[in-house]
Amino acid sequence: MKVSTKIEGDRCIVTVQEDRIDAAVALAFKDAMRRNTAGSGAMVILNLAKVQFIDSSGLGAIVATMKHLAPDRQLVLAGLTAPVERVFTLTRMDSVFQLFATLDDALAVHHA
Amino acid sequence: MTRPDTGALTLGLLPPFEVSLNNQQSDVRGALSALLAGLGPLALDVEEAGTVELVMAEALNNIVEHAYADRRRKEAIHIRCKQLRDGLHLRIVDRGMAMPDGKTPIGMAQNIDVDAIDMPEGGFGWFLIQDLAKDIRYQRVGHTNQLDLRLAVALHAEG
Repeated sequence: MKVSTKIEGDRCIVTVQEDRIDAAVALAFKDAMRRNTAGSGAMVILNLAKVQFIDSSGLGAIVATMKHLAPDRQLVLAGLTAPVERVFTLTRMDSVFQLFATLDDALAVHHA
Repeated sequence: MTRPDTGALTLGLLPPFEVSLNNQQSDVRGALSALLAGLGPLALDVEEAGTVELVMAEALNNIVEHAYADRRRKEAIHIRCKQLRDGLHLRIVDRGMAMPDGKTPIGMAQNIDVDAIDMPEGGFGWFLIQDLAKDIRYQRVGHTNQLDLRLAVALHAEG
């Protein structure tokens, strides 16, 4: 699972570099998130701008990441494409996570 | 001009087609893209295609993970897709274990009004299927599971 990470102050920005988070990569995604957020600051921003498809396993892996980071660190999601946002809306997970249309929007709200 | 020899062509509907895959997680992506490629002539919009891909991903993942949970042996799973006036009719046939209690899960919405630490990480699959698909029917036929469902996409304008 390819992700890239950038640290800006207490913000850790993880960008998924693949177009799917599905059952085939859900475990690898969880592992990559744990590794890439090890020792991170209080705010983790997951940039999903490149992701065009997510299934319930991928959604579960994002929830697992949120639980892994809690309670000291917060996970917010940015750059949701229409098909990804739809899965969050259908499952009402859009009420659990802070969602931002773009990474810049997330960065503007969560200052370093 | 000769007369088209199938009802589907007469009505301007996509002729039925099949997609098969092995009961491996790694085969699901390829099957989904083959299915969407087969639906290419319908020029589904992004949301319709997303509905097909999501519902079928959930159904196939469930089969691979649960119906074949105890099997190592490779077996084929078959998807048949037929367009009718009320949408796409999909049938998935596998030879894995039967559904518990012989029926599909109810697919209730998960309770997410809980603390972060108690947030459910699973159980969304059947909820999504029940939410997006119509006329869901499961039958155990001999040693096979048959799951039928309809997706109200590519609705045929006439009739």
